[in-house]
Amino acid sequence: MINWKVILGISRKHLLSKFKSTLTATLGVTFGITAYITLVSFMTGLNQMLDNLILNQTPHIHIYNEVSPSKDQPITLDQLYSPGEHLIHHIKPKFEKSNIYNGLPLLNYLRTREEVSGATPRLTTQIFYLSGAIELGGNLTGINIPEEVRLSGFNDYIVEGSPEALNNTENGILLGAGLAKKMSLRPGDRLQVSNVKGEVFPLKVVGFYQSGIADIDNIQSYVNLKTAQRIVGENATYITDINVKLKDLTLAPEMARDIERQFQVDARDIQEANAQFETGTNIRNLITYAVSITLLIVAGFGIYNILNMLIYEKMNDIAILKATGFTGKDVQAVFMSQAMIIGGVGGVSGLIFGLILSLLINQVPFNTEALPTISTYPINFNPWYYLIGILFALLSTFIAGYLPSKKARVIDPVRIIRGN
Amino acid sequence: MDFVLKTHNLNKHFRKPVDFHVLKNINLEIKKGEFTSIMGKSGCGKSTLLYILSTMDTDYEGELYLNNELITGQSAARLAHLRNKHIGFVFQFHYLLGEFTVLENIMLPAQKLGERSDAEIKAKAMEILDMLNIGHLGHKLARRISGGEKQRVAIARALINEPSILMGDEPTGNLDSHNSDNVLNIFKKLKKEKGLSLLIVTHDEDFARQTDRIIYMEDGRIVEQ
Ligand SMILES: Nc1ncnc2c1ncn2[C@@H]1O[C@H](COP(=O)(O)OP(=O)(O)O)[C@@H](O)[C@H]1O
Ligand SMILES: [Mg+2]
Repeated sequence: MINWKVILGISRKHLLSKFKSTLTATLGVTFGITAYITLVSFMTGLNQMLDNLILNQTPHIHIYNEVSPSKDQPITLDQLYSPGEHLIHHIKPKFEKSNIYNGLPLLNYLRTREEVSGATPRLTTQIFYLSGAIELGGNLTGINIPEEVRLSGFNDYIVEGSPEALNNTENGILLGAGLAKKMSLRPGDRLQVSNVKGEVFPLKVVGFYQSGIADIDNIQSYVNLKTAQRIVGENATYITDINVKLKDLTLAPEMARDIERQFQVDARDIQEANAQFETGTNIRNLITYAVSITLLIVAGFGIYNILNMLIYEKMNDIAILKATGFTGKDVQAVFMSQAMIIGGVGGVSGLIFGLILSLLINQVPFNTEALPTISTYPINFNPWYYLIGILFALLSTFIAGYLPSKKARVIDPVRIIRGN
Repeated sequence: MDFVLKTHNLNKHFRKPVDFHVLKNINLEIKKGEFTSIMGKSGCGKSTLLYILSTMDTDYEGELYLNNELITGQSAARLAHLRNKHIGFVFQFHYLLGEFTVLENIMLPAQKLGERSDAEIKAKAMEILDMLNIGHLGHKLARRISGGEKQRVAIARALINEPSILMGDEPTGNLDSHNSDNVLNIFKKLKKEKGLSLLIVTHDEDFARQTDRIIYMEDGRIVEQ
């Protein structure tokens, strides 16, 4: 049974009597935790931003119709040559429209699935942008604007104009920012596009679209789905892609395979599309933790040294305490509590400084062409990191304090008293 | 018969650096209220004996009784408790906690015992300080007072839990004759007024002569008591 009031009174006296050392040890912990909080908030903030940059533009499942030669060639169907080895040279795919066969029923089916939070139709086609004397090749995608805004944060990438403007203007076009610059077009200007058959359609610029990825912004534009169907000369059932967003991203691979099996389509899931992307996130996290743990280990050595020194200096105190009836455990508690006070005070002030530093970084302007939605450095204020930070501080000081305090516990008072 | 302290065939060896039989068949009885002194040449084992009697050293053969209870073989925690409650110890070099005030030094063993409130302990500590004529020192830091004063504070600390016995290892060895007399008078007063049992190691013949009984030691043996 330890009388904590007495024990803490003693450890307080010790800490105050060695105020400079105490301060140094505490600052060591503060520094480690500040660095951890700042780094982890900043790094994961960046990670999240980069994740969003890619994840928002990548559907969880992308359904489309791949051009490929038929798997069932006539020879394989003929009983006469079965079983047998079939070698056919120069197979060419036959002409097929690139739309999804039965796209609308598939879309409706997907929308009824429990795990799907949304599915939007798209029509992607090659076109030429005609403006004055310029003729540029590019992509045009017809979309269902309200659904895109809901599911992929589409409006984050509209740098001028609004989603409503496109929705309300039947022949409106959201022009890629790179394209707009090349053709010096402003919202409200007119331009013409021609489809692959050479038919020309007049469109009105209602805004600019900027994904942050130059290769996309130089060719990509968006129109309403209906407008796109008119440009390619197809009816309202003609769609080339379906983008599916799931409630749980991890279900994507399984569901993609499901869809491929049930329907005559190709379905690619997000994990397949961004396999290397996770690796980057993991490595950034690894660096953050490696740096923080290194700093804390350094701080831990500081505490270890200072406690060792303190115990050496307070040998007499230890002997007196033991001679007057304090147990080894009491004495250990005296030194352990010193370590924990250093850890607690250092940890909490580390959290506070980390928060302040994060808030400051969050104010620093960060304007980049590549990230239209970001104006200051991103910070992730996740309370979990603060909990981990304080546990980190307490754990490392506990370990650093344990060995010296155990030494104090087993010190034989007789040897010290004799020593004089 | 009631003995505060009793040993039966106590033996102790130091094994390092070479085997050394430092205490040989010590049989000792201290009655309640008795003021006993131990004398002997330097190196004959007086301190070693006192450390065993005070329960700090448990590495010995034989038996030790405190208030007729067998102490030998008890757990370290139990020994710490017995030491706290029943044994007051005064060292030659007044061991005080330097960062603490005189009052705090005296209060600590009682706070550890935890039988009384802080206010009661403080009142008791002041009472003892006044009895030892050092009441005015209470709020001074322990490292800021003189040697004679320190020794009196150490005695006050030894008394705070009203121990069964007060032991001293040459408590006056480091003091001038004035302070030495002062400490002796305090011991005599404690015996007379409080009926305290005392066991004091000393080199001072005059000091020893004024105690109830002198135990002479030689080469780890009691030769006369
Ligand atoms: N830790 C030890 N190891 C070996 N010998 C020791 C140790 N401590 C004391 N001694 C020896 O034991 C003897 C008795 O010591 P001590 O009890 O301190 O004598 P006293 O207090 O009577 O002067 C001395 O010869 C001393 O050198
Ligand atoms: Mg001695």
